[in-house]
Amino acid sequence: AVGMFLRLLSDVRWRAANPKWRRMTCCRRSTSSTAEPHPISLPAQAQVVICGGGIMGTSVAYHLSKLGWKDIVLLEQGRLAAGTTRFCAGIVSAARHVSIELKMADYSNKLYQQLEQETGIQTGYMKTGSISLAQTQDRLISLRRIASSLNVMGIPCEIITPKQVAQLHPLINIHDLVGAMYVPEDALVSSANVSLALATAASRNGVQIHERTSVSHVLVQKGRVTGVETDRGQIRCQYFVNCAGQWAYELGHSGDEPVSIPLHACEHFYLLTHPLKEPLASSIPTIVDPDGRIYIRNWQGGILSGGFEKNPKPLFTEGRNQLEIQNLQEDWDHFEPLLSALLRRMPDLEALQIMQLVNCPESFTPDMRCIMGESPTVRGYFVLAGMNSAGISYGGGAGKYLAEWMVNGYPSENVWPLDLKRFGTLQSSRTFLRHRVMEVMPLMCDLKVPRWDFQTGRQLRTSPLYDRLDAQGARWMEKHGFERVKYFVPPGKDLLDLDQSKTFYKPDWFDIVGSEVKCCKEAVCVIDMSSFTKFEISSTGDQALESLQYLFSNDLDVPVGHVVHTGMLNEKGGYENDCSIARLSKRSFFMISPTDQQVHCWAWLKNRLPNDSNLTMEDVTWKYTALNLIGPRAVDVLSELSYAPITPEHFPSLFCKEMSVGYANGIRVMSITHTGEPGFMLYIPIEYALHVYNEVMNMGQKYGIRNAGYYALRSLRIEKFFAFWGQDLDAFTTPMECGREFQVKLEKGMQFVGQEALLEQKQNGVYKRFTMFILEDHDTDMDLWPWWGEPIFRNGRYVGKTTSSAYSYTLERHVCLGFVQHFDEKTGEELVVTTDFINQGEYEIEIAGQRFQAKAKLYPFSSLFTHRRRKDEVELSGYQRE
Amino acid sequence: FYLTPPQVNSILKANEYSFKVPEFDGKNVSSVLGFDSNQLPANAPIEDRRSAATCLQTRGMLLGVFDGHAGCACAQAVSERLFYYIAVSLLPHETLLEIENAVESGRALLPILQWHKHPNDYFSKEASKLYFNSLRTYWQELIDLNSGETTDVKEALINAFKRLDSDISLEAQVGDPNSFLNYLVLRVAFSGATACVAHVDGVDLHVANTGDSRAMLGVQEEDGSWSAVNLSHDHNAQNEHEVERVKMEHPKSEEKSLVKQDRLLGLLMPFRAFGDVKFKWSIELQKRVVESGPDQLNDNEYTKFIPPNYHTPPYLTAEPEVIHHKLRPQDKFLVLATDGLWETMHRQDVARIVGEYLTGVHHQQPIAVGGYKVTLGQMHGLLTERRARISSVFEDQNAATHLIRHAVGNNEFGTVDHERLSKMLSLPEELARMYRDDITIIVVQFNSHVI
Repeated sequence: AVGMFLRLLSDVRWRAANPKWRRMTCCRRSTSSTAEPHPISLPAQAQVVICGGGIMGTSVAYHLSKLGWKDIVLLEQGRLAAGTTRFCAGIVSAARHVSIELKMADYSNKLYQQLEQETGIQTGYMKTGSISLAQTQDRLISLRRIASSLNVMGIPCEIITPKQVAQLHPLINIHDLVGAMYVPEDALVSSANVSLALATAASRNGVQIHERTSVSHVLVQKGRVTGVETDRGQIRCQYFVNCAGQWAYELGHSGDEPVSIPLHACEHFYLLTHPLKEPLASSIPTIVDPDGRIYIRNWQGGILSGGFEKNPKPLFTEGRNQLEIQNLQEDWDHFEPLLSALLRRMPDLEALQIMQLVNCPESFTPDMRCIMGESPTVRGYFVLAGMNSAGISYGGGAGKYLAEWMVNGYPSENVWPLDLKRFGTLQSSRTFLRHRVMEVMPLMCDLKVPRWDFQTGRQLRTSPLYDRLDAQGARWMEKHGFERVKYFVPPGKDLLDLDQSKTFYKPDWFDIVGSEVKCCKEAVCVIDMSSFTKFEISSTGDQALESLQYLFSNDLDVPVGHVVHTGMLNEKGGYENDCSIARLSKRSFFMISPTDQQVHCWAWLKNRLPNDSNLTMEDVTWKYTALNLIGPRAVDVLSELSYAPITPEHFPSLFCKEMSVGYANGIRVMSITHTGEPGFMLYIPIEYALHVYNEVMNMGQKYGIRNAGYYALRSLRIEKFFAFWGQDLDAFTTPMECGREFQVKLEKGMQFVGQEALLEQKQNGVYKRFTMFILEDHDTDMDLWPWWGEPIFRNGRYVGKTTSSAYSYTLERHVCLGFVQHFDEKTGEELVVTTDFINQGEYEIEIAGQRFQAKAKLYPFSSLFTHRRRKDEVELSGYQRE
Repeated sequence: FYLTPPQVNSILKANEYSFKVPEFDGKNVSSVLGFDSNQLPANAPIEDRRSAATCLQTRGMLLGVFDGHAGCACAQAVSERLFYYIAVSLLPHETLLEIENAVESGRALLPILQWHKHPNDYFSKEASKLYFNSLRTYWQELIDLNSGETTDVKEALINAFKRLDSDISLEAQVGDPNSFLNYLVLRVAFSGATACVAHVDGVDLHVANTGDSRAMLGVQEEDGSWSAVNLSHDHNAQNEHEVERVKMEHPKSEEKSLVKQDRLLGLLMPFRAFGDVKFKWSIELQKRVVESGPDQLNDNEYTKFIPPNYHTPPYLTAEPEVIHHKLRPQDKFLVLATDGLWETMHRQDVARIVGEYLTGVHHQQPIAVGGYKVTLGQMHGLLTERRARISSVFEDQNAATHLIRHAVGNNEFGTVDHERLSKMLSLPEELARMYRDDITIIVVQFNSHVI
């Protein structure tokens, strides 16, 4: 290893070309930067200061300079590419589960491929391909799912037999394999050299790079970045980018205005060997054996093999700011299971001589996805970190998206799954992070099955009813730290253990959820939905109405007591949020958004509402317990409890009233259920929660009331064709594309964000259309279940992907929701999607390589569910989220 | 068929016992931290016994292992009685008087010993009165003798051993009107037992040994490695001095017949033992006692059998060899064990295994490849072995159990092999004794803070 790293340090050819960037050769061995003289002083100001000279920092600098920003300073506390980047295994692989990660990896691969030509720096790029092995049928299904999404993205990929594996890699023991996935374009690079090449190119474009300069904290005024304080003086700047890798958390917390970046380092081990007697060909494919938890690549004729053990070793929990990662202690005993897996996979390596066991810390995040984007609290403070050991795969793409975000205000792809704002401050507890990353790191190799929940860091935010519900058999999932019920296991019924319940097929709770759905349809159910984000916005005059009218797409100037479903759109007309807003009084509004909108929506509104002391916005999420009373008998329960007339005449759909329930007064009742079923949402001040719940359950007994969970809710809303934000809807989806023109005030002559984009779409048509698919020849008991991300084929051609799916107990069929696009058969150009185009196609949904016929629909089944409701009513309540 | 690891554990742990010396004010002022003990039977029933007790009227702790032969009666009696004899031998004159007065006037007796017993370690209720009377006679004699000198531990140990053996012999000659007790005292006298007893008082460690059990001190060297120091000599044919002693005590004419096939008179392995009156009494006495004894005794071929070349009894003594050792900071533990352990393990390995166990696995040296040439296969072998060692450590909460696991399950590489362990433990009763002996182990841990 040492040889490889020394080589890059002595590679100085490109340095001469760039006088702005001088290495402090004199002090290379020094650990203290302050004592050494620095020939080039820092600039007094810059547009952007990037902290961190690893793959992320250099990639951001590279892409910013490509996009035309030149006034950029990159600061590195040690040497460039000396942290995790220096030690990382250098595997560039597109075999990813999350589509945005897959796109980033694909872009990175293409970028690195041409980097040597662009910069003249040898990056060690070698297209070797990669083979992911499956020891079990379940693993093979998982690989088929990836293969399916790689194929529709145009990335070559095939599922191969064990025999074919042996042909591609002579050393592999194939006896325990059931198959594998081959991605021929995956590559190997020297990650440090890639980083140096990016730095060189950025430097040529005008980026100033200063090594041995550490940022002590970021200066903030009035919620905006104004500069950075370094050990060599201050730099004023408008933008700061935290690419400090495993030190990003500490740096985020060092300033007056803390920026929470939830990541935590774990030790990561890999082995380097001397060359084989017959050195491995440099083109030999990289092997990933997830069931053995290891990866194996060629390294100078020998092998480099590491993995993700079951018992990771988190480190630096207390924080330890050090200049560079010194090579941490090798721990052979800890590596033993991985070594066993390696020798099982390649028994012929027994006689191979060990060179070194490298210990290289990697940063992990609470949900296994990287962190990018702007801080919700400090404007101009951007972050790119927490790569979960895939930094080199993501580096190029992640840097590109962040640079676009900074320059254009938004990236070119939907990066919400990676957005820093998906986390709240609650995820930045060091204890939480330490425990969670110990779960996340082993997950890198675990089977990714539908509906999987994290087990650590739980029971953080709970409803006051938590214990009551738990005692009644509730099984829990977590969203944004909030515990929510999945379903209730009836007494005497046992479900499988967590590990055994992992399946790609029909899950064990199928009948349980079925009976909850039935109860919602025929009687009445209670679902605790307290996790939803709730804001109150009010003003002394008309400021609240005026601001909200501009920021939201639907008309909010409705009579007091009305509830409005509306999008919060961006300039391109895309959904930044999708919410329900009740007009409580002329001057105050109550807003309900999805759970994970708490940080994002707050930041979005804070940044856009006028700075007016007479206009206030308050997060009241914690103040209310929300009970959803769903079903035809909900009205009976509520009227008995309140002694108030609740007939449709007195309480029509989409209404909001304060009333008493039992002894409790001031309960905010809304005639919405988020499912399209009849019923009410009760917003209860938390101290009344238990009382109201008890009253509802007691009174409901004679109407057959029971508890239900989110799985039932999900089935109900998907069969009703309700899109929800964060899965179906995102910043790249407009109301026009999902049949919600009726929720937009286009005709009212009012200005609002996104109006122009929507008007243009109205005139020219949309390029994708939200569509509902009913699987036709799918056997619920025997076939693989759809999840989301499955490719949609129209007349045999790929037209889009599903975004969510559920079994409809009413239709007794699987329903998938997704977007259909129209690509020109010859050029691949995107064309307008018309209703005819949707209706006149034969559709198939591909689940892990197997295609199922599907019927496409643009409108929900209205008559099928309830005879009493009219079609327009269904459409009006066309709103749902998870 | 194989035993599962939990089955193996339940067999190994059935007799384990641990005692921790209580702390005062969060400090242990005793030189002993505590001890772990365990037994694994090969005979059915087991013929080994163990005892541990704290002396209450003097300072110090007594620990002992007893290996019985020709039945377990003698070992059982010695395990119940010997420590009382030692304790009484150590008592000052005033205390003896006080005790005697209390017994005389029917007052409550000062407790002499606090026993630390596993539930399986029993005391004979029927014989307690008989044993007590013999003990009382002993202390009455001590009171009468009143030497006035302070008691020397070594002397006390020797006296106690000899007195108990003589009481065993006398009780058998006198007999008892109760037929059960009569048969019992005869079985005790006609069977035999070796004894290896440690007395720890502050830094003074005395080991009194009779027979072929062994006491070994575990010493941690400055570099952290472990070595063993013997604190007893085996009394058997392998010990030249012992052979010499026996020969000295008998006429030259018997020289050839004294030790045959490494056994005393060609019969007995240990050269010193309690009981075994067949090697101590005259032929006439043996015949008289057997004939007047109960039928069971008369029907027993062994008791009627007179050893060949039996000319000048006694051939056997219970007198112990006593070794005194002043404890040093590097002396970390003492292992007392019957020959069942020492037959299978070298003392150096015993020292290492117990030492590593007591100091915990985290002291296991990390492996570094450094500049050495190591292959993946070699490294893998090394790591699996280390892991096996660690996992067997984690299974045991008792150093004696840990040692038994190694003694029974060690393979040629010195690591526990579950397959072997399972085979050895699932041997049928009648075969077990052919592959292994009863094993009894006490591991005493010393308190380095006090020493």
